[in-house]
Amino acid sequence: MTAMQFGIFTVGDVTPDPTTGTTPTEAERIRATVAIAKKADEVGLDVFATGEHHNPPFTPSSPTTLLGYVAAQTQQLILSTSTTLITTNDPVKIAEDFSVLQHLSAGRVDVMLGRGNTGPVYPWFGQDIRQAVPLTVENYGLLRRLWRQEVVDWEGKSRSPLQGFTLAPRPLDGVPPFVWHASIRTPEIAELAAYYGDGFFANHIFWPPSHTQQMVQLYRKRFAHYGHGDADQAIVGLGGQVFMRKNSQDAVREFRPYFDNAPVYGHGPSLEEFSAQTPLTVGSPEQVIERTLGFREYVGDYQRQLFLIDHAGLPLKTVLEQLDLLGEEVVPVLRKEFEVGRPSHVPDAPTHQSLVQAVATRTPESAPEGEQS
Amino acid sequence: MKLAIISGGLREPSSTRLLADQIERSVRDELAALDIEAESSFIELRPLGRAIMDAMLSGFAPSPLEEVFDTVADSDGVIAVTPSFNASFSGLFKSFFDVLPEEALSDMPVLIGATGGTERHSLVLEHALRPMFSYLHAIVSPTGVYAATDDFGSQEGTLLSQRITKAAADFSRMLRACGPHQRRDTFAEELASMEKLLGGGAGDR
Repeated sequence: MTAMQFGIFTVGDVTPDPTTGTTPTEAERIRATVAIAKKADEVGLDVFATGEHHNPPFTPSSPTTLLGYVAAQTQQLILSTSTTLITTNDPVKIAEDFSVLQHLSAGRVDVMLGRGNTGPVYPWFGQDIRQAVPLTVENYGLLRRLWRQEVVDWEGKSRSPLQGFTLAPRPLDGVPPFVWHASIRTPEIAELAAYYGDGFFANHIFWPPSHTQQMVQLYRKRFAHYGHGDADQAIVGLGGQVFMRKNSQDAVREFRPYFDNAPVYGHGPSLEEFSAQTPLTVGSPEQVIERTLGFREYVGDYQRQLFLIDHAGLPLKTVLEQLDLLGEEVVPVLRKEFEVGRPSHVPDAPTHQSLVQAVATRTPESAPEGEQS
Repeated sequence: MKLAIISGGLREPSSTRLLADQIERSVRDELAALDIEAESSFIELRPLGRAIMDAMLSGFAPSPLEEVFDTVADSDGVIAVTPSFNASFSGLFKSFFDVLPEEALSDMPVLIGATGGTERHSLVLEHALRPMFSYLHAIVSPTGVYAATDDFGSQEGTLLSQRITKAAADFSRMLRACGPHQRRDTFAEELASMEKLLGGGAGDR
């Protein structure tokens, strides 16, 4: 059992390498993603998470297909998403897909729910973007029931009613995957995560740390308000973005063209400005360690750290080198250093085993109302 | 009463800033006549040019720009003055309001002003500035001020002063009627609506 999980998350973008002009094919990008996930497992990382997108230049439109394939070729890695669209996917299909993935991977799976980054995904899937928040609440309410109640009668606005519906297969060991709710800046999502006592994941890439701090503080406060434990017992995950070389100047020189042309923030602030304003760290492994350890100062002791390392056209070889550095030099130190001063009442990162354990030791009175099967 | 004066002039010295200064002085005098003390913050957009574009491209405001956003949202009235470019406000002026959090000007009294090479562009106030501020739910003062280059000299200048005084008097009465501006806290609003949504629908926690 590890107190903190470290891993990577991918957007799955097909982006030309600005230094060579080469664009991978979709097939190459998907195979590269698998190679990256396998490497993450080999170097001892804990988590691989894939995004979900339904438009070019992105490849991961079917995350559980990818994760099932990765599950078959990895040993320890927890497979997750970043994020699964709770707004436009049918909750019944999400429940089914992740149930099967749970069984195939022997419980090495959790899920991060989000709302997507492109407006048209709503009409493409027959939904209304103006209803994003109510959809999130309704769909997630249904998803929870499908995973927890044997027979579900349900009626709502987002899909056809269910009468006597039973999810098949049932969740592995009767325990649904752990759920993270992800947000860049929406307080509603922090509130949703707090309400259910689920995990909260802050994107932590596109916004200054002060915003992440505000969201995490809100989540922790509301987590305690809803009676799930003390504020520092809430389950927090953070994103992050790094590029490393042994020598920090080499890292900056090599990464700059990728930064300058990156689809999301390219042609705007300079690498130096963006590094100062957001958690982006380009430099030596020591610099990445120091910066990452500093995250704890504004979010408290937390459970999961995911890095974005494979976007903006970076070639596979470079990404695999980044994973070597993470696995050999960065994560072992982070594991050790994050342990220092971590209070014993701060929960370890949730796993399938820990959730099974929690159910086994739970007294009937402490079970959440209305969700016993 | 806090006033934020936003000037979109590009040159230094700038006739847009000159107009903004004259309007500010006149508003302050009119408010004084109503026994209202005013405190003014001047916001020049030119030095914020890169920050505004960075905010547009990266999705978040660098901290100097964020401070300016706070100044605007925390004020009780705004005087916004732009040069006229191609039958509209300048792109920089529009860009500032494109990255300003959209609730910042909600219920905010605004006096609009513009400068231009000749008086032929004066309807820029009514055709460009007024609709944009109305869209942002600002309360736009009925009288705006347009100044052409010639207005800054000769006898036209006296007429400009008279127009400024008229606009400032109208704006000051509006400021008094509106009273202190309550800054909208969308963070708290979103939280409250989510709490209601969760309490209302999903009782199966």
